[in-house]
Amino acid sequence: MAVTRDDVLRVATLARLALDEARIPALVAELNGILAHMEELSAADTTGVCGISGVGDAGLPLREDSGPQLSLATSRESFAPAMRDSFFLVPRLATHGDSADEVP
Amino acid sequence: MSAAPRAAAGAEPVQYEMVVGLEVHVQLKTRTKLFCGCPTKFGALPNANTCPVCLGLPGTLPVLNYAAVQLGVRAAHALCCAVNDLSTFARKNYFYPDLPKGYQITQYERPLAECGWLVIGKNPDDTPITIGVTRVHLEEDAGKSLHDRYRGATALDLNRAGVPLIEVVSEPELRTAKDAGAFLRVLKQLLEYIGVSDVNMEEGSLRVDANISTRAAGDTVLGTKTEVKNLNSFSAVERAIEAEFARQQAALATGTTVEQQTMLWDAAAGEVRPARSKEDSHDYRYFPEPDLPPLVLSQDWVRKAKEELPELPSAKRTRFAKDYSLGDADIEVLTANIALADYYETVARGHEDPKSAANWVMGELLATLRATETPITAFRVRPIDLARLLDLVRAGRLSHSAAKRVFANMAETGDRPEEVAERQGLLQVSDDGAIAAWVAEVIAESPKEWERYRAGEQKLLGVLVGQAMKKSKGRADPKKLNQSFSARAAG
Amino acid sequence: MTDAATPKAAVPAGRVGAYPDAPDAVARAFDVMRTTRAAEADGLNLVLWYDREHAAKAARDVQAALDEGQDLGPLAGVPFVAKDNIATLNLPTTCASRILAGYVSPFEATVITRMERGGAVLVGKTNCDEFAMGSSTEHSAYGPARNPLDPTRVPGGSSGGSAGAVAAGIVRVALGSETGGSVRQPASFCGVVGVKPTYGRVSRYGLVAFASSLDQIGIFGAGVDDAATALELVAGRDPLDSTSADIPVPRYREAAQRSVAGLVIGRPKEYFPPSLDPRIAALCDRALTRMRELGADVRDVSLPHTDLAVPAYYIIAPAEASSNLARFDGARYGRRVPAAGLRATYEATRSDGFGSEVTRRILLGTYVLSAGYYDAYYKKAQEVRTLIAEDFQMVFASGVDVLFTPTAPTTAFPIGAKVGDPYAMYLSDIFTVTANLAGIPGMSLPIGRVDGLPVGGQLLAPHFDELTMFTLAYNLERVLGQDAHR
Ligand SMILES: [Mg+2]
Ligand SMILES: [Zn+2]
Repeated sequence: MAVTRDDVLRVATLARLALDEARIPALVAELNGILAHMEELSAADTTGVCGISGVGDAGLPLREDSGPQLSLATSRESFAPAMRDSFFLVPRLATHGDSADEVP
Repeated sequence: MSAAPRAAAGAEPVQYEMVVGLEVHVQLKTRTKLFCGCPTKFGALPNANTCPVCLGLPGTLPVLNYAAVQLGVRAAHALCCAVNDLSTFARKNYFYPDLPKGYQITQYERPLAECGWLVIGKNPDDTPITIGVTRVHLEEDAGKSLHDRYRGATALDLNRAGVPLIEVVSEPELRTAKDAGAFLRVLKQLLEYIGVSDVNMEEGSLRVDANISTRAAGDTVLGTKTEVKNLNSFSAVERAIEAEFARQQAALATGTTVEQQTMLWDAAAGEVRPARSKEDSHDYRYFPEPDLPPLVLSQDWVRKAKEELPELPSAKRTRFAKDYSLGDADIEVLTANIALADYYETVARGHEDPKSAANWVMGELLATLRATETPITAFRVRPIDLARLLDLVRAGRLSHSAAKRVFANMAETGDRPEEVAERQGLLQVSDDGAIAAWVAEVIAESPKEWERYRAGEQKLLGVLVGQAMKKSKGRADPKKLNQSFSARAAG
Repeated sequence: MTDAATPKAAVPAGRVGAYPDAPDAVARAFDVMRTTRAAEADGLNLVLWYDREHAAKAARDVQAALDEGQDLGPLAGVPFVAKDNIATLNLPTTCASRILAGYVSPFEATVITRMERGGAVLVGKTNCDEFAMGSSTEHSAYGPARNPLDPTRVPGGSSGGSAGAVAAGIVRVALGSETGGSVRQPASFCGVVGVKPTYGRVSRYGLVAFASSLDQIGIFGAGVDDAATALELVAGRDPLDSTSADIPVPRYREAAQRSVAGLVIGRPKEYFPPSLDPRIAALCDRALTRMRELGADVRDVSLPHTDLAVPAYYIIAPAEASSNLARFDGARYGRRVPAAGLRATYEATRSDGFGSEVTRRILLGTYVLSAGYYDAYYKKAQEVRTLIAEDFQMVFASGVDVLFTPTAPTTAFPIGAKVGDPYAMYLSDIFTVTANLAGIPGMSLPIGRVDGLPVGGQLLAPHFDELTMFTLAYNLERVLGQDAHR
């Protein structure tokens, strides 16, 4: 399963990373290099084995449907790149302008 | 089913049918969000209901709200689903500015519940129309993007981000837009009944995506489906499904293929449009949410939740017919929503005559609510007071027309019926002394009429009673006056 | 600049609070600030953010409480530093990334709250690999950190700044984080003690996530007692972390009084491959011999799926990272690089904000989760992870109390030696990633030197049995004495 240039571009799009054209061949090679080692996994016999994510089988603790609302030590304005009238502002979505952006 | 347009010249016209499945997102009635303690209350200032967790600040973690699990399981039971004793959360990854973490926490591989159904109506032969429910799962809502508020910028209000939802997914078993509408109406009524959601469309607490495909009638293979989003009313769902079905039929009839894509409903234009360009097809990269261990529910807990399920609409309808001897049409009106049904039932239990209770609730009460645009939950007349008002009428202490005036005043003031009737002097007087005095006065003032009545002219009784009523300023009990005149004539 | 040719001696192990020159918490804080400045002037680049005024104030508050007679516990007035991926209110939390340049968290991590409740004084935030992705603290947006014992070499990573701050004598206690050995490996490289607790033992609330199912906050100490004391303070259930365990926290310091007689120590053969530097293997065997002399039973054991740990780790960790790092989009916080339209702004912000190793891992992680590859990579890696966890379960069920291995296959390598070869860098985690995959506790402590550079020995214990791990560590530290540092 060799990673192609197109794969890297597709994945970069999904991850919202703009790649420097000059870096792409090296990235293709690096990812292939790393994933080649990962092929060892396919040799492992995992028939009947369940995958785990996280450890500890204590189950999921639940919280009561009550506060407190966790507080912010500083105002939202103190960490937001752009705010107005208590709204966070971002550049206009292209569904309301150019066509590159999308509705999920 | 509408007829398909004619295919190639000379060919038989092909009949098409639509295959529709719905994904319904319903906001759960909790005080706080799904994974943090922020309030879910609608109408707060922008971003006031946010905290480090629902803003997705680096280092924060989700903690699941018990009430959301309770309500989700209740909904699952009401939809006859099997509740999984172990369900898992997953991340659905995509970039959108109102999705603070860059992923939505939802349930994917093992949802909260599966394999249920919903009866949405009856066939002409009286058999039920049953639509399968594929799954019910818990997930968090996204925030709100406002695109038109500021020039060149999108404004984000994250108050909704992290609000608990259930997603109810139907089997692709709906065959008409009307049935899709019925599914939604029945679902809305059901969820309101069991207290799972307020299902307030204006506040966006119910949202629908429709999956639509078209095939030649009789085919068993499904056609390519499209997903229509942005449906914020039941009529929008019905209209959008019709519009998309028409578009797909036209495509198939001309030999074009239907592309798998997301469509948006434009209510103003009454048409569906593709939502996005194809270059970046969706790949949500679901994987198990590592911040939340699996949700494990004991069988006892799940069984208990089922036992505690409130009465469902169908059961209530049957019971109203039996307990209150009401006709189908009355029951339909009185059980339309849980608040009205509860109101009626309190009145009916507080007053001897359930039929007259039904007439008042469906008549005066609904008319007043409509005229004043008041929701029943905010109505000032308590059901027990309406029952007392009906008692007064039944006991002859209040005439029907006086009772209407009293009710109108109660609706304004919230006062008790006796108080209002007293204050307005509308209580009927049946005290023997007062009745006899008015009768004596009338006889003294109209001796001719009195004599003719005594001589046997029965029609003059009405005249005499009318005069006595006038003297009492309408408060005398007409039955008592009648009795008093005839007794004196006889004696 | 320190003379590169002659490695310095690390701070000798001892009791917490042993700052002989400082009469009280305030003087001690100033002392630490002076050392910090000196170290930074030396170009070690261990501490990214510190604030003299704030540290002094915190120290004054603690001293006032102590003067009133309050008993705050053994860490009262003890200065500490925290890795820059742990949220703090008064110092920036940048994860050594440009994308969070200038970001000050409006809330703090549970571990910080607990340390401060115990009277410890936060004096600085330490350098690390960007978002904890790396094994050398070279992948920092603020430049590489240097090993105080030999500034031409790396301190290890990703918590290299915290390890180095302890090794340089700036503090006796430091907080770091582990995803695949990022506390134990730099502890080994810097000749200090580094503990990775059981997954769920310490709250992750406030730790900026790298790979959530593997991440765990860890502790560096100048000696075993420093680490045991701090762990006792920060461990335990936190309602803000659904994966934090509701299991009582033992008194780890009591392990100092326990004997190793009768304990069974496993020596897994997969951690002593023929390719291992024989001098490192010899130091490990010396440590094992000493333990045997104290009455422990040493057994050869096998953990057959060890070879698969690095490949499984380098699927799972980047996959989770690709999702965890999606929130850095410049919309609500952090540094935004404006461009035309939202999509372009996202891409400009993220491409400019993330360094090369983070970019590589996001791409890798996105790839292994994407449609068509999930089963072959991510799902398979999770299954292999189960096999690795079962290896440990079986060994511990067979009567082994603790495993002993080298912490890393090498000593600290020169700066720049591995940055060009990502996979070679990944292999320096080969002995440590297994504990993260299995969720078990592990620690590294100094067991000697090779060419003047520290070598760490690793202890691995069953879930939530840090107490037995510390028992062994206290004994080993005591019996090795100065041999551990020469
Ligand atoms: Mg959904
Ligand atoms: Zn919140």
